[in-house]
Amino acid sequence: MSHISANAKSEEAIAPVTILQSINQAIGDAMAADEKVILLGEDIGDAEEGGVVGVTKGLSTRFGDLRVRTTPISEQAIIGAAIGASIVGYKPIAEIMLMNFTTVAMDMIVNHAAKLRFMSGGQTHVPIVIRTMTGAGFSSGGQHSDYLEAWFAHTAGMKVVAPSNPADAYGLMRAAIDDPDPVLYIENLPSYWNPGPPAHPNQQVRLGQARVATEGSDVTIVSYSRSLNEAVAALPAMTEAGVSVEIIDLRTISPWDEATVLASVAKTGRCLIVHEAVTPFGVGAEIAAVLSSELFGVLKAPVKRLGAPFAPVPFSRPLEAAFVPSPDRIAAAAIELAKKG
Amino acid sequence: MDNQFEPDSKTLLEIYRRMALLKANDERSRKVIKTGQLVMPYYSYRGQEVIPSALSVNLNDDDYIVTIYRGIHDMLAKGMPLKDLWAEVAGRVDGTCKGKGGPMHLTYPAKGIMVTTGVVGSSMPIANGLGWASQLSGDSRVTVASFGDGASNIGAFHESLNLAAVWKLPVIFVCQNNLYSEHTTFEKATAAKQIADRAVAYNMPGVRVDGNEPIAMYREAKIAIERARAGEGPTLIEAMTFRFHGHVFGDADGYMDKAQKQAAIAADPVPALRAKLIADKIVSEEDLVAMEKELEKQIDEAVEFALNSPFPTIDELKKDIHGEVA
Repeated sequence: MSHISANAKSEEAIAPVTILQSINQAIGDAMAADEKVILLGEDIGDAEEGGVVGVTKGLSTRFGDLRVRTTPISEQAIIGAAIGASIVGYKPIAEIMLMNFTTVAMDMIVNHAAKLRFMSGGQTHVPIVIRTMTGAGFSSGGQHSDYLEAWFAHTAGMKVVAPSNPADAYGLMRAAIDDPDPVLYIENLPSYWNPGPPAHPNQQVRLGQARVATEGSDVTIVSYSRSLNEAVAALPAMTEAGVSVEIIDLRTISPWDEATVLASVAKTGRCLIVHEAVTPFGVGAEIAAVLSSELFGVLKAPVKRLGAPFAPVPFSRPLEAAFVPSPDRIAAAAIELAKKG
Repeated sequence: MDNQFEPDSKTLLEIYRRMALLKANDERSRKVIKTGQLVMPYYSYRGQEVIPSALSVNLNDDDYIVTIYRGIHDMLAKGMPLKDLWAEVAGRVDGTCKGKGGPMHLTYPAKGIMVTTGVVGSSMPIANGLGWASQLSGDSRVTVASFGDGASNIGAFHESLNLAAVWKLPVIFVCQNNLYSEHTTFEKATAAKQIADRAVAYNMPGVRVDGNEPIAMYREAKIAIERARAGEGPTLIEAMTFRFHGHVFGDADGYMDKAQKQAAIAADPVPALRAKLIADKIVSEEDLVAMEKELEKQIDEAVEFALNSPFPTIDELKKDIHGEVA
């Protein structure tokens, strides 16, 4: 079938893109397709260099300062304005520069964005995307690097996504913009410049759908965001130790893809959940609880969690390096788990 | 002051009709709660009727309001139907929010009642977004954010006024200063001599008005609304008033100054306007009695409707969490 090989060739010729470029492309495509898509946040306009790392570069020039609006440093006002515009038909994308700064806007996010659909009996709803970046690795210390996804996943009415590669970054953003409810979109700062194949134009990744990154038979690793890539980086060590690992990229943290994870763990009998957030009371605890309840008797070993220690993100380089689940620690945990049962 | 900012006789009568509705509704709410037929946190607005009545006659149905837990007066004045309101505060399925919001979260978009918040200070950030939407669409609507004096001490007030001024939003910030933030006096909680002065810091007009005086309240509201509609930006109105009851129903209000309270009740703005309308021969007492009877009848019907409406079924717990993805 010559036309298929021709397609394959042309796909190979497509240059890789970064996660940063993919997010920018997704927002630009959505804004071009729908004039109701609007942007607000600190430093996002081109006069301010299109964001502190340039994610929104070019958008205010292309779509105008009224649709792409730089704000004062006022997180409550940012989310409040997004909510207000959204309940009358706009689709705002609000940037909260760093995930730790969502704490300043928690009333707006948790008490209002997440609950207005329910409290109004469905008369209003809040189709906003809250973009925020985070992650250890840049020596930013305890107030600029936290993964706080569990707080939002614990809030009824919110959806939470965390892409790990450029194609998913594009597809999840397009789906988040079209979603009728508030979506927290988590960007990992050190991963922004990771290259990868681009998404097909306008190709969405349905929220709540995980991706099997690697198939295997001994241990299932469930992860997302940067930790997913650390798990993939641990593959050679695990393979060398004779452990066959299936890696699932959750992509959407809430609602998470229970069916895909349960099917995989039913097959392997073992599960390791890896995230950069601190372990106690985290997303891993919820997944572990569901696995224990649904697969009791099928599991060959207790579900294992690997997250950060229960401490603020540290500044000093060796401490910060020890804080994040690294490929070495992921491999060691998976190899240990494979010996059980 | 220019005549265009004075209410004509017909408008003044309509302001009174709204005030009489609000007063009657508050009195009935407290009465029904006492019978035990209604269980809800109730924040009486009795004494504050002039502000939304004189303001709302300057608004269109499609102008927006965002108000707070002590806000049923704002909503009724803006046109919330009594039956939808009463069924909601009774937690019934025929309520405007299917009984899922309650008195602190009433919503009625058909009359521009977009959000009611139970969190002090949170009406203002959301009002800005409605104003931004009007700027984007060019629909000439204005948005009113209602809040109390206590809310002017929370960060969201300052963030919101600053953003509204920087973005020149068509938003009117209406502070209903009833001299108490929950149990604490205005003087004890607020460093500024008057909240209107805070507008200076945000480079917008700030005006303190007697919020119990219908003609003055009408004038300041009209000036601010016309300014917003003309694209000239936001205004802060501090409307001075007084709350005749404690913070929440059942609160013995021992923290309120008794002489101050008695004086405020003696100067009740509702009978005051009523007497003026008769004295100025705008309407006969007979006609007012008929109007008030009609309002009582509408409330009777709403209460009966609400108390006979079914409660929502348990499956509502699973509904309205998320919408359908297209």
